[in-house]
Amino acid sequence: MFRNRADFIFWGALAAVLLAGLAFTRIITNEYYYTAAYAILQATVMALAWNILGGFTGYVNFGSAGFFGIGAYTSIALGKAFGQTLGLPVMIAAAALICGLIGLSLGYLTLRLKGVYFSIATLAMAIVFETLMNNWSYAGGARGAYILTPDSHLWFNSYIQMLFMLMLLLTLGSITVSRALNASRLGRGLAAIRDDEVAAECAGVPTLKLKLISATLMGAMMGVAGAPYPYFVTFVDPASAFSLFVAVNAIAMPMIGGTAHWIGPVIGALLVGTVQQVITVTVSSELNVLFVGIMLVVFISLAPQGIVGLVQKVRARRAR
Amino acid sequence: MIKRRSFMRASLASGVIAIALVSGSLVSTAAQAAKPIKIGFSMALTGGLAGAGKAALIAMEIWRDDINKKGGLLGRPVELVYYDDATNPATVPGIYTKLLDVDKVDLVVSSYGTNEIAPAMPIVMRKKLVFPSLFGLAVNDEFNYDRYFQIMPAGPEPKLDWSRGYFQLAKEQTPRPKTVAIIAADAEFALNAAAGARANAKALGFDVVYDKTFPPSTTDYTPIVRAIQAANPDIVYVATYPPQSVGMVKAAHEVGLKVKMFGGCMVGLQFAAIQQNLGPLLDNIVNYHFWVPAPTLDFPGINEFLKKYEEAAKGKGVDPLGQYLPPYAYAYMQVLGDSVEATKGLNQAKLAAYMHSHTFDTVVGKVKFAKNGEWAKTRVLQVQFRNVKPNDLEQFRDPGTQVVLYPPQWKSGKMAYPYSE
Amino acid sequence: MLSVDLLSNALVAGVLIGGFYAAVSIGLAITFGQLDIVNIAHPAFVVVGSYIAWILNSRLGWDPVLVGILAAPVFYFVGVLIYRVYYLAFERTGQESLSGLAFFFGVMFIVEVSLVLVYGVDYRLVSAAYLEKNFNLGFVGLPLRLVVPFLVASVMTAAVWLYLSRTFTGRAILAVAQDRLALQLMGADPVRVKQFAFGLAIATTSVAGSLLIMIGPVEPSLGRAYIGRAFAIVVLGGMGSIPGMVIAALLIGVVESFVSTFAGPSWAPAVSFGVLLLTLAVRPSGLFGRS
Repeated sequence: MFRNRADFIFWGALAAVLLAGLAFTRIITNEYYYTAAYAILQATVMALAWNILGGFTGYVNFGSAGFFGIGAYTSIALGKAFGQTLGLPVMIAAAALICGLIGLSLGYLTLRLKGVYFSIATLAMAIVFETLMNNWSYAGGARGAYILTPDSHLWFNSYIQMLFMLMLLLTLGSITVSRALNASRLGRGLAAIRDDEVAAECAGVPTLKLKLISATLMGAMMGVAGAPYPYFVTFVDPASAFSLFVAVNAIAMPMIGGTAHWIGPVIGALLVGTVQQVITVTVSSELNVLFVGIMLVVFISLAPQGIVGLVQKVRARRAR
Repeated sequence: MIKRRSFMRASLASGVIAIALVSGSLVSTAAQAAKPIKIGFSMALTGGLAGAGKAALIAMEIWRDDINKKGGLLGRPVELVYYDDATNPATVPGIYTKLLDVDKVDLVVSSYGTNEIAPAMPIVMRKKLVFPSLFGLAVNDEFNYDRYFQIMPAGPEPKLDWSRGYFQLAKEQTPRPKTVAIIAADAEFALNAAAGARANAKALGFDVVYDKTFPPSTTDYTPIVRAIQAANPDIVYVATYPPQSVGMVKAAHEVGLKVKMFGGCMVGLQFAAIQQNLGPLLDNIVNYHFWVPAPTLDFPGINEFLKKYEEAAKGKGVDPLGQYLPPYAYAYMQVLGDSVEATKGLNQAKLAAYMHSHTFDTVVGKVKFAKNGEWAKTRVLQVQFRNVKPNDLEQFRDPGTQVVLYPPQWKSGKMAYPYSE
Repeated sequence: MLSVDLLSNALVAGVLIGGFYAAVSIGLAITFGQLDIVNIAHPAFVVVGSYIAWILNSRLGWDPVLVGILAAPVFYFVGVLIYRVYYLAFERTGQESLSGLAFFFGVMFIVEVSLVLVYGVDYRLVSAAYLEKNFNLGFVGLPLRLVVPFLVASVMTAAVWLYLSRTFTGRAILAVAQDRLALQLMGADPVRVKQFAFGLAIATTSVAGSLLIMIGPVEPSLGRAYIGRAFAIVVLGGMGSIPGMVIAALLIGVVESFVSTFAGPSWAPAVSFGVLLLTLAVRPSGLFGRS
């Protein structure tokens, strides 16, 4: 863990962010900041998760909303079955388990389908999940489900502050996992698969095992991002939980930030997410979709390596 | 000498300070007097409910102008802060969060429509706000919130009171119809209505032979109507929002639906634009309504209000007649405004207590709330369309085009039965 | 309740709407089936076609089919333009497929949200004298709002297929995906051929859009329901096969109609995506595709 100086800097930075978050909750009282921050952090976790299968391994998932939505509905279903007695950590763990299993099956799917066909299949999977939830009246069906805010919010001033700190913890955790994956032997194997799967297989990389790990991790992380969502938004229906907007954000943010490095999704999510929050407050939320659509098209056409790629190019040029 | 100078300085200083304090407090009271009272809400200005949502907004603006002409509320001008929720329930929580945390509104009222009211409930309940609501069916059945007030006259048992009249009318016909088909959109409002219809049908001795829902985004209603016809029901009860109501009525004609009674709870058949568009397709449909220009429903102030509304609605591409939602939108603001003045403040608990314990005089008559926030007495009308001419808006000012069949004390004509010849 | 009446009506309605689905999917059959360009924004362009039909129908009273045909050349040029951008950004550098998919994903959102920002989320309809009429063949209903789109769709599909199989340019399109080099040796410029094909595909969305709004009211997000349908139809039919696509379209139309009538309309969206998943899992080359 503390192998070298880079590790020290990393852990130091994480600790600093965590402390800053705590300080934030003591100082800032306007709840809207926490609402906006939660949304940005949630997008960050989704982006990091997507990048594990998409950026590191090269399998583009268009059905991110499927995992997110199942994570949200896991919370809703558990809430209906057990009331508020379970608590968020249990729901998050359950969502991680269920969505991790779905991710595992997605990993097996890569055996049959490659490239574009895989991506289309992920989209189909998300819609099938949405239709299933639309027909599951126990969890509300098409009319949606309501979550009344629980009374307890630990030592924080308000419930949204607690959700914010929770999501901050989850984000820092996702960053740790992502960084560990990137730098490890596992990560190099994934990169080999991304560059040329057949060659990697020939070179002895256990491609199936790595793909399964990658897909399971992605699924679990997305489920974790979705689990607290019903408590954040208090009303969930399948159309909003499985919204294609979640999927496009999950793809656009890593692509804008840069898919090769673990910090790319973080940069992309912070940048795009913040702009989206500003637009929502000042103009409207439809404009967000236009913004992310345009950014996606622009970056993927002109700067497919993302911001990280651009920075690396500039550095390389300077080094000459 | 020094003493006198310092005395002079001291008194000069205190004089300046005194003047500063007094003028400061004067300025702040003036600023306080000018600080507007903000009432925040989301409204369906686009999407399926916009036909009435836009009309409701106009009515609320008329109320705001009326109130401000009289000096505002508590001496402060009233300001409406609102956002379009696009008839999409998922946008509502975000909008109310914005209203409360960013715009910092003093009071909130609801959007229009069950599907748009319910998503705001968790937030207003968390903040313990009084919540006057505009046309939500049985929203409080689920939440049991003691600060919820509904201006729609559904009645103390909203789900049952809503459709009881329809089935009561059916029961009175000879030969007595036996079987019922219920079709509802898969959304909060329609499902509530369908639940009530089911209970009423059973209680009055009918057999439910078809009972299904369809996704709200459906555009092709022909297969649904065919499936209903295949079940051979005597009566059909439809629970839909405007685009779906239009689809059902058109499909009924395309398929040539042959039943004895058709209608029920189709929102949108009360909107002038849809009435004009569907024209003769509406004939013999029995549907709910809350106000028609019948002599039995001439409440004090309603005609003046409707005239003001018609004037304000000119050229805005909204419902020109405003018979459905606008009077009630004006009324729910009246209830809020009267309560604020009576309790002399913005204390949510006091406002709620006042609203529970008093009867209000509004343009839709006397309004009294039951414990669950619904009307203490039901006033759901069952209305039948008769001899509707194509493309004619003026005919809907006539008492004969929409005949009130139920309840008996407001009945204005006889029912045409069966629906199809 | 399995009456002959209900069954035959469900079948007929399924066939009629399946014919319309073929019109929606033929453009995708060209771009995805033959050119391997994953244009997920295809249904979004169909919706744009619907809006053009609505605008000209409600302002000038023009017949929607006429609008669809007249607007097709404009759509063609838009298609050519988009292909140029796509080519410069992706095909030239060899980064197709996945980046292309993400590119068109972004384009889809841009198109849909622009419609929402300009026209709002309200449903739009067209009106034409024949749209309200019904014919009855015994107990089978034949509403003109389904029959006319079916006929127009059939004509357009047949025309495009004849073009692709009989003319030089048409066959060049079929060839360019299979063997680029051979095509070049035969004297055709692959880039120009692909550009023309893409433009043609987008031109078909103009007609498909006007048919869509004749069948029922349209709002900006309606395109999403057709993503699954169009891809399912193209994949099921077999990549590169137009007759296969037509059969797949009729099949999906009928299955959806049956599911809607007997199981309930809330399951209809799952039909096309379910069929898609099944085809991809079991036989990715589809019914008639080249393996």
